[in-house]
Order: sequence, then C-alpha cells, then structure tokens
Amino acid sequence: MLRNFLLATAAATALSACAATGDQPAKSASAAAIDKNPYPSTYRPYPGTPTALVGATVFDGAGGRIDNGTVLFEGGKVTGVGGPDLAIPAGFTRIDGTGKYVTPGVIDIHSHLGDYPSPGIQALSDGNEATSPTTPEVWAEHSVWPQDPGFSRALANGGVTSLQILPGSANLAGGRSAILKNVPARTVQGMKFPQAPYGFKMACGENPKRVYGSKGRMPSTRMGNIAVDRQMWLDAKAYDGKKRDLAKETLKGVLDGEILVQNHCYRADEMAIVMDMAKEMGYKVTAFHHAVESYKIADLLKENGVCSAIWADWFGFKMESYDGIPENAAFLQNAGACVIVHSDDENGIQRLNQEAAKAQAAGRRAGIAITDAEVIRWITLNPARAMGIDTWTGSLAAGKMADVVLWNGNPLSVYSRPEKVWIDGALMYDADDPKRRPVSDFELGQPGEGDVK
Amino acid sequence: MIAPRAMRLMLGAALLAPLAALGAAPAAGQDFAITNATLATGDGSEPVPGATVVVRGGKVVAAGTGVAVPAGIQAVDGTGKWVTPGVFAAMTSLGLFDAEGIEESDDSSARGSPFGAALDVAPALNPVSQHVAVARMAGITRASVFGTPSGSIFGGQGAVVDLGADPQMVVRPRAFQLVVLGERGARIAGGSRVSAHALLRNALREARQYGSDAKITGGRGGQPLRTGDDIPVDPRLLDTAANREDVLLTRFDAAALVPVVNGTQPLYVAVERASDIRAVLALKTEFPNLRLVLVGASEGWLAAREIAAAGVPVIADPVDDLPSRFEQLAATQSNVGRMVAAGVKVALGNLAGSTGDQPKNLTQYAGNLVALTRVPRASGLSWGKAFAAITSVPAAIAGYEGRFGVLAPGAAGDLVVWDGDPLEVSTAAERVFVDGVEQPRDNHQSRLRDRYRELDESQLPEAYDW
Repeated sequence: MLRNFLLATAAATALSACAATGDQPAKSASAAAIDKNPYPSTYRPYPGTPTALVGATVFDGAGGRIDNGTVLFEGGKVTGVGGPDLAIPAGFTRIDGTGKYVTPGVIDIHSHLGDYPSPGIQALSDGNEATSPTTPEVWAEHSVWPQDPGFSRALANGGVTSLQILPGSANLAGGRSAILKNVPARTVQGMKFPQAPYGFKMACGENPKRVYGSKGRMPSTRMGNIAVDRQMWLDAKAYDGKKRDLAKETLKGVLDGEILVQNHCYRADEMAIVMDMAKEMGYKVTAFHHAVESYKIADLLKENGVCSAIWADWFGFKMESYDGIPENAAFLQNAGACVIVHSDDENGIQRLNQEAAKAQAAGRRAGIAITDAEVIRWITLNPARAMGIDTWTGSLAAGKMADVVLWNGNPLSVYSRPEKVWIDGALMYDADDPKRRPVSDFELGQPGEGDVK
Repeated sequence: MIAPRAMRLMLGAALLAPLAALGAAPAAGQDFAITNATLATGDGSEPVPGATVVVRGGKVVAAGTGVAVPAGIQAVDGTGKWVTPGVFAAMTSLGLFDAEGIEESDDSSARGSPFGAALDVAPALNPVSQHVAVARMAGITRASVFGTPSGSIFGGQGAVVDLGADPQMVVRPRAFQLVVLGERGARIAGGSRVSAHALLRNALREARQYGSDAKITGGRGGQPLRTGDDIPVDPRLLDTAANREDVLLTRFDAAALVPVVNGTQPLYVAVERASDIRAVLALKTEFPNLRLVLVGASEGWLAAREIAAAGVPVIADPVDDLPSRFEQLAATQSNVGRMVAAGVKVALGNLAGSTGDQPKNLTQYAGNLVALTRVPRASGLSWGKAFAAITSVPAAIAGYEGRFGVLAPGAAGDLVVWDGDPLEVSTAAERVFVDGVEQPRDNHQSRLRDRYRELDESQLPEAYDW
C-alpha cells in the first residue's frame, strides 16, 4: 500500500517545500519571478483548550486501532496518541470517550461545495467554465462561495475537516482545485488549507465530448478528447514563459510535479490510455475520480501508483458507469492499490463513513476482509496523501494538526454521528451545544436558521 | 425444495441458481417456514427475537413468537438472521430506464409529449432493467413508479409494481396521478406558481365537467363555488356547460383526470415549501373529493399540524437537509421525525435515481433517522417506526394496507432474510421472496464481480470467464 503512494508523496513533499515559502507573497523576488501563491491562505486556527480524549476506540487513520485509547492535543496539534497508560499532562480537559470512537477528521477529495453551492440556482452555478474544452487557467477558489450552507452539514453530520473543491467535469482540463479546511470564513482565503498544493482537474469520457460535441466543436469523440489533451500538453511543454500565460503556468506546474492531477475517469480502458498519455507527456495522475471500473485494472493502477477515488455503490446512471460494482473498493484494496471514498455530492459528503462501511461489507461478502481501521483510512489518510496534505493532517500522530472527530459510536455504523469535531484543536461542532455549529450568512433570519439539520 | 437452497446459502455459497427465469411462467409460491429468526413485522413494532414466519400459497399465514410450523411445511433455521417484509419503495423510476443518463433507454419523462395527465407508465415498464434487479437484491419487493413531469405539470399515471423476476411487473396500473407544483411546476407552467395553480385548477375543472358530461360521478352540478373569501368567482370559471374550445387540456388528459376529481385515484402533489404545502391542502375546499398525497415536503415540519389535521399522507425525501432550492430553506433531517410526532403518516421515498438517490439506499436512510434519536434536539424515529416508513406505511399510502409491507396473516409472501439488522449499512439481503417465490441473485453486477474477482488472463482473456 505504501509503495503506491511513493510517487504521490514525493510530489507532495516537493510541492509543500515550495508552497511553504510561497505562502508569503514573493515581495523580494526578482521582477521576472512569478508569485505562485497570489491568493494566500489567511486561515489561522481558532483557540482551543488542551484536551485529552480518553477511553474511546481510536482509529488513527493510518490503519491503526487502539482500544481504550488516549488522544491528546494542545496548541492545535496532536501531542500524543496511545493507550490507557498514556500520561495526561496537567491542565488538560479530560473528555470521557467510553463507548465512543475517535478518528481523524474526515477528508473529501472530491467536492463541489462552494462552486456548486446550495441553493442550486443559476446565479451560483460556478463549477464549469464550459466555454472551452481546456481551461487550465481557471482556479476553483475564484468560484467558491464561502456561505454555502453545505460546508456546515459536512462538518456536523459528516465530520469533514478538510476537502478539495474541484471544477466540474465538462472540460478535459477543468482548472485548479482549491483545498480547504472546513472552517467557516468570510473569504475563501480564510478557508484555504495553509501550504496545500493545488490540484488540477481533468476529465475523460462522456462529459467533454458531449458538452463540446453538442456545440459542434472538438472534441465530439473519445479520440477527440485525447487529441485535444495531447496537443494541450505539447503546447505547454513548448511554453518558454516569456509572456505570462495562466493556462500554461498551471500545466507547467503539473509537469514539474507541483500540482497534482485529479482525473475524472470512469472506464478502465480510458484510464489505461490516460496513464500512457501521462507517461508520454511527462506528468503523473495522482488519482482517478469516479473510477467505477478500477476493479478491472487494479493491477495496472497499483503498478502506476494511482489512487482510485470512488463511491461505494453508484452505478448505471450513464453508460460509462454501467459496470459499477459495490466490490470495487475491496477488489482494489485486495490488489494493493490505493482506495479513496469520495462524495462528489453535497449529501454524500455527510455520510462518507457510511459509504466506506458499505464498500467494506460488499468486500466481506466477496471473501475480502478489511479491518475497520483500514477502512477509515479510505476517508482520512488516503485522500490526504492524494491531495498532498498528509504531512499535516489525515491521521492522528504527534505533531499533526488536531483535526479530530469524536463519534458517538462506531463510525462504520449507520447509527453513529459526530458528537464533537475539532479543527486544529478548536472545537467547531458540538452536538451538545446548540450554538456550537456554523450558520451561514445565507441562513440567518430564514426558516430553519440554526436548526439541527 | 427449499432445504437444499437454504443449505447452500448457510454454507456461504455466493450465488443461488435463478429460480424464476424471466420469460418462464411465474413460479408458484412455495410453502415454507423460517424459524428462530429476529422478526420485524413492518407494522411499527420493534423487532423480536426467536420468531417464526410461515408462508403458504404465496401468502403469510403466521408471523411471531410462539408460532408452530404446520405439519408438512419445510422449515429453515433462521438463527442469526433477521426476517422482515420486503421493502416498499415509494416513488421510484424502477423499470423506466436502463441508465437515466442514456437518453435512448430512459422512459422516465417525456418533455416533447403532447400529453400530460394521460401518460401511463404501465406499458413502458421493463422488469429486467438492472436497476430492478439491484433493488430486488437489496430487499425491495414492491414499489410505486411515477413518470417525471417535464412537458406538463402532470407526470401522468403511476403504477404499483412488484420486483419479482417474472414478466408481470404491474400490480396496479394507473394507481395514482402526479402533479408537480412549487418551483419546478412553476417553470413548466410558463414561469410562476400562479400559472401552475391556474393550470391545475383548469385541468381539474375540465375533468369535473368532462365527468359530468360523461355521466361519470364527481361533477358538482350547479352548486355555488365556495372559495373561502367573499370575492365572487366569475361564473364562466365555474363548471357550467361552457364552450370547450379554449381548453388547455386534450380530451385524453381530461379523461385521465376524472378519477382524480371524483376521488377514485389519489393525486400525488410534489411540493417542498411550507406555503406551497398549505396551498395544496387548500385545494380540498374547491375539490372536496381529492385524495391528496404530498411528495417531497421538505418543509413539512413547518406545517405538520395542518397536514395531520387534513389527514394527508406524505412521501418524504428521508435525509434532505440543505436549502437545495429556495423552496427548501428549512430542510432538515428531523423533518420526518417531527411530522410523525405531529401525527402525519409519513413514508420515506422519492429515491428515483441511481446515484445517492437509488432506491436501495432506503434502508440506510431509515437507519439514519434512527441515528437521530441519539442526537440532542434532533427528531428521529424509533427502529420500528423507521422500518414501517419503508414498508407498511408506503404500502398503505399506495392502497395496500395489510397486504404489502407487513408480515401478518393474509399479507403477500414478500419477505427478506437478512444477515443482520436491515437498517445497518453492513447488512445485506440473503434471500428475497416475492409472493412466496424465491428470487434469483444474479445480475450484471454480480456477474462482473465474479469475473473480476481474480485478474488472471494467463490462459484466456477475461471475456471467457463467464
């Protein structure tokens, strides 16, 4: 499993080093230097109290399980993870987790919250720049509406603490993603995950050829899709940088391994073509999204170190999803390939834990046993790695961000819900405190304001 | 007959041979009993362990603890299993598409049709759609199927179906009429709720007149129209022998609405906003024979007492909690719990797609409503009430109280043997019976699963693995 991530992790580490300095505006750089981070994160963790969660079952996100575990966090960071014998420093608030469960914050690698927000009206439809099949120049963060009420549902019902907002899939090259902490803010910069790399949304298959074919332009076929892609990469490779070109800057970032490719692709045969195209052009696909047919090429995906971000059981809503099976995740896991459970849905993001549990159960019935602790990784550390943020979040380990969920039961049960959610050690949701839940500007003074949802 | 199959299943066989091949004559219901299982009857009561269910001639003859297995009936040990009635999926598109996004295969709506209310889904239903097979293996045995309103505010006449793997899918054609109001109805009607209501009233008045002309009961003759205010209604808008040349309704559509206005066919009305719900309830003052059912009603909790007082049942989206449209600002997962607490009869349903809204998720979403009982200030349902909301309640709304969605003497032999709590996400249906006939377990998905369980092409391509 780890080996599959070597490439992605290496890319992420390289990028994080780069982005770490880039987080400050490049004021002192030479005039020719390009500021790679012109809309920097302004997010700062909110205050928290030193906290000790004791007596709960802990799934650490990296595949580990500790019964009667102890999780300590202070100053926004996890400071200790262990058993009942782990010493609790003076001044820590003890929370009894007996009968409860603790996991890292849930991470959704595929969301359109903010760029296709609620209400789903035309005025807020900002996810697809469907005017050209290749728009590497657009950045999802310029579309995200921070007041989307969906963020709060993902937090309170789904325990989601980080998420990647992607452009839509109308285009072969849809633009840059935005990686956010699920913290309400007045601006998107206030939500941006500090130091996170950019992702780059690509799409193959039916959507681009349908959208542009129906406009009487290229691509109108799958061969047209790939032809347009290849020419785009060739042009990017020939870019000399003398005159700034936003599209080519993004593509260069991908070719340099700084920007991680998140590729919407359903069919196994198309994924195989895309992986060859990536080799031909000199970039890497980090994850295939909606990869309902990954199970047919689990060996190839493992060999290429590409993750599959998938639903538990969506199938048959279009031709390219007709072969979706509930055992997809288990077959991939069984082959040693990387599994991520994603939502692509403002409702599904509230139940990623349940979706993972469904995929686990389908595997068990097919004779593939996967532990609860390993399944939790599908919605925590694995997406964190494929988003390039695993250095900071995705698992419970000393020094990482204290993004933590206390569940009132096993998160893989339909009967369990988040009881408390901390982001960087700050309590952002508490089921026992009516006021400790976000209410977006949009909801104020309207029916249902502040309701349990 | 049943014991060998049961034995194979208990031994963990992944597949059972199909019993009722499509195209063959419907298999006769089997006589059998399942003993020592945890039983949920679907009537709202909590599950009980150590129970027995007896099925004979395709019907349930007994279900409960202390039930003896009659002589000559084959008994299957249900230790560790749960037995329940089959799930009744209210408001689905099952059998109307192979994939909703494959336009060529999709009969769920007809934007270009000249008809609305007259549309009847029954002749289009395809029992071998993979979505039917997948829903069946998820424990769904009955459903209502509707046509989606698109060219008209009326979706037309929906059917009650069974999901048995046999050629006879329709249990009751033309079981209900569907109209959409609210934002969607407004768009279809030319741009406003005002227009949608005018279209609906025009259609119902035309149908009432059509009924009178045809000597069909339901016409109101010369009675004065009481609208609840004191502004007189222009007599030309009333049901007189008016000139029929200006109607916006075809004769076929008007005829289809006669059973709606005279109350022999329920009118399902899709609305979300509280004010829209109240406007629908008010229709009863103008058209007193209407048998209304609300569909959607994500703000139903804000009008719960009025809905309860009107005796109008609701088919609700179980876990909507977002203001997906302005008409759903107050949506909350507690909607169903609050309506039930106010005395409204609520079924879960309206899962008509194949993504997160596929009918097989009904059990999961019912489980989510149980989860809410452990969330402070939220309103959920007890396990028994949640399970009833996907079995006996939708069956009763469809007109099959006591016959579908319950395990009680005389009810159809629709039952499911589960490997655990059916509302839990890790649980699967192991055996499914429709009218006492055990159902096949093979479908496109299971065949793909079996082919790709091992990726071994050392001797031949995967295409030969079947």
